[in-house]
Amino acid sequence: MAEMNEKSYSRLERRRTVGASLISILIGLVTGSLLILIVGLTTKNIGLSGAWEGIRLVFGGLFSTGRDMATGVLTFGFNPNTFGNMLFRSTPLILTGLAVAVAFRTGLFNIGAPGQYLMGICVALLISLSIPSSQVSPVIIWFLAFLGGMLAGGLWGAISGALKAFLNINEVIACIMTNWIAANLVTLIFSGSNLRNLTENTKSAYIYKTSVNNVATAKLGLDKIFSDSQVNGGILIAILLAILISVLLNRTVFGFELRATGSNRYAARYAGIVDKRSIVLSMVIAGAMAGAAGALYGLSGNTEFYWSTYQSLPGVGFNGIPVALLASNSPIAVIFTGMFMAMLDISGQQLKNLTGYNEYLTNIIISVIVYLSAFSLVIRNFLVKHDDGVSRALSSLGNSLRGNKRKGAGK
Amino acid sequence: MSYLIQQTLIYAVPLMIVALTGVFAERSGIINLALEGIMIFGAFIGVLFIYQTQSGTVFEAAYKAKDYLTLQLYMLLTMLVSAVMGAVFSLLLAFAAINLKADQTIGGTALNLLAPALVLFFIRIIANQSNLKMEGDAPSWFMLKKTMFGYPKLGNAGFFAETFLNKTYLATYVCILIFAVLSVLLYTTRFGLRLRACGENPQAADSLGINVVKMRYAGTTISGALAGMGGFVFALTTANGSANGDVAGFGFLALAVMIFGNWKPLTIAGGALLFGLFKCVAASYNILDLNGDGRYFLNELNINSYVYQMLPYLITLVVLAFTSKSSRAPKAEGVPYDKGMR
Repeated sequence: MAEMNEKSYSRLERRRTVGASLISILIGLVTGSLLILIVGLTTKNIGLSGAWEGIRLVFGGLFSTGRDMATGVLTFGFNPNTFGNMLFRSTPLILTGLAVAVAFRTGLFNIGAPGQYLMGICVALLISLSIPSSQVSPVIIWFLAFLGGMLAGGLWGAISGALKAFLNINEVIACIMTNWIAANLVTLIFSGSNLRNLTENTKSAYIYKTSVNNVATAKLGLDKIFSDSQVNGGILIAILLAILISVLLNRTVFGFELRATGSNRYAARYAGIVDKRSIVLSMVIAGAMAGAAGALYGLSGNTEFYWSTYQSLPGVGFNGIPVALLASNSPIAVIFTGMFMAMLDISGQQLKNLTGYNEYLTNIIISVIVYLSAFSLVIRNFLVKHDDGVSRALSSLGNSLRGNKRKGAGK
Repeated sequence: MSYLIQQTLIYAVPLMIVALTGVFAERSGIINLALEGIMIFGAFIGVLFIYQTQSGTVFEAAYKAKDYLTLQLYMLLTMLVSAVMGAVFSLLLAFAAINLKADQTIGGTALNLLAPALVLFFIRIIANQSNLKMEGDAPSWFMLKKTMFGYPKLGNAGFFAETFLNKTYLATYVCILIFAVLSVLLYTTRFGLRLRACGENPQAADSLGINVVKMRYAGTTISGALAGMGGFVFALTTANGSANGDVAGFGFLALAVMIFGNWKPLTIAGGALLFGLFKCVAASYNILDLNGDGRYFLNELNINSYVYQMLPYLITLVVLAFTSKSSRAPKAEGVPYDKGMR
């Protein structure tokens, strides 16, 4: 019976969490729309009709099919291109979201995903472009490159984890420093390399596409469903990894140890858990996820990596933070929040292409959502405090009903 | 040598002042992860203010008439504007963290996301490109030159004048002054003691009649004001007077310097100078001539430039590795104040 209560209670909790996230999203979208309206009304060449177009794109950018040539009116409908691109863009977001979420569950704020991502993409590109596909099967090269990228990200994450566990260095600082070190290291590695695209004279700031060596993530038929988009099998890998992480965290002893360390490091240690090991391994897993994000992005075959990155960090690494926060650090929920963020990204592109607004509006919406999620926990706790009486009454009613049934069965 | 000192100061001073802003927030009990975002916002406000006011006003006339005093006042005014707007922006964090008892790390992250998004959104709309630049050669309007102090344009004006008066910015010295004043404020005044008490044990502070909410608002607001100002100083002295929704991670680095400096002003100043020195070496190792023999020692070592770029971050980690066992954060930082708790 106690088990039943626990289950229904956790279901209630989950519903509250999802509810709080949905409310945050709605408020975020409304705030963005208000901003569109204000800017539209105060800017000469946009006006009210332009603002209305902008608002429709914010909510339905994914379904936008452009403008009608004759009438100039925005048209909406199923657009395989934007859907496919949404899936393609959500792949790294889901993975960096996982990188942040896993660490969060162990009580660590992993702001180091950009560095781990860079190490992942760097090693994946090195492997996939250095092994000649004339001698080794491209499929094998792909797997080597993908695993190499994950491993590189994992090792990079391990540095921050070890600094935290053994030397008590705040993980936020360790992550920030390793981010910039990674940015410089990657630039250093590629600066003298012949993997730079020197054949096209405007492209020397980029590394060759992996398709030059015939290595590219398999499309797995997804390109048939979502025609002329960039989608590939990477999205399936990301979803699979999210499920694996969920099982690992919630269904294994190791996962329990990670979560226990996250809840209270010292209590966990008292219970016989090696907290330092948990911290390091959690960062290894987190880093591997971010590394996988980088590897999949680099291996898609049609993306180009700007190697001289020593002065900037990849935004997709930082965007893992809102993805994880919006998902309350649940790996399964990360799949959906990652896709949601990618959808906003697409809406932003549509805003830029079709109206007088620009893509940064959707970043504003995301930040508002994150801001609200900072106290969504507070709102939830408030709800819990106040419907405690209701739920207690309900559960006692349920207990007595079940109790009666059992009594009846006993007769 | 003059060049090395100048460049080091240019990097170190924004770091130093922004790290101190972190101290004010954290010593009052609020983790201000939003330093980066507030800097970005402050840089934008400062550049926007100059962009909007520089042409066709008294300031342009002052530039043409070489009225340097007015120009310096103009710069100070801009610093003030950035500071005020930085403070306003940081209220978002203060409200979430203090009134709503929100998670401060997430709140700070939200501001870090909001600032570049907001800034880039408006820059696109205002300037129709991805960065906003002061018009013309505006950063040089505010640069101090030795000729302003009566030294001849050619010839050596002596070590002091060459180092501290030529091609520097008044903003740098103002920041150092503010840094000193605020450090004294934090350690020798009643206000400073009360602020620090709220970051260590707010319940005890409250029991002695200190208004914890007010103190935390004060800490966060001072923090926001200085970070906003620091953002503008960064834009002026190292970003060539432009704002593009990015301050090269300086806000995060300032956070590192703060922890590195163990939440104490003097060690923070030291840490910032160390970091600035290495940053300067990284930026200009190939033209550094320390002993004046016309040879560039570091350049002749034939080490890849990115190794030098990496050094400041590596050194920070190494120093932290040795010092962080004894590091001591304010006890109550990051914990929302709840009267009912013991």
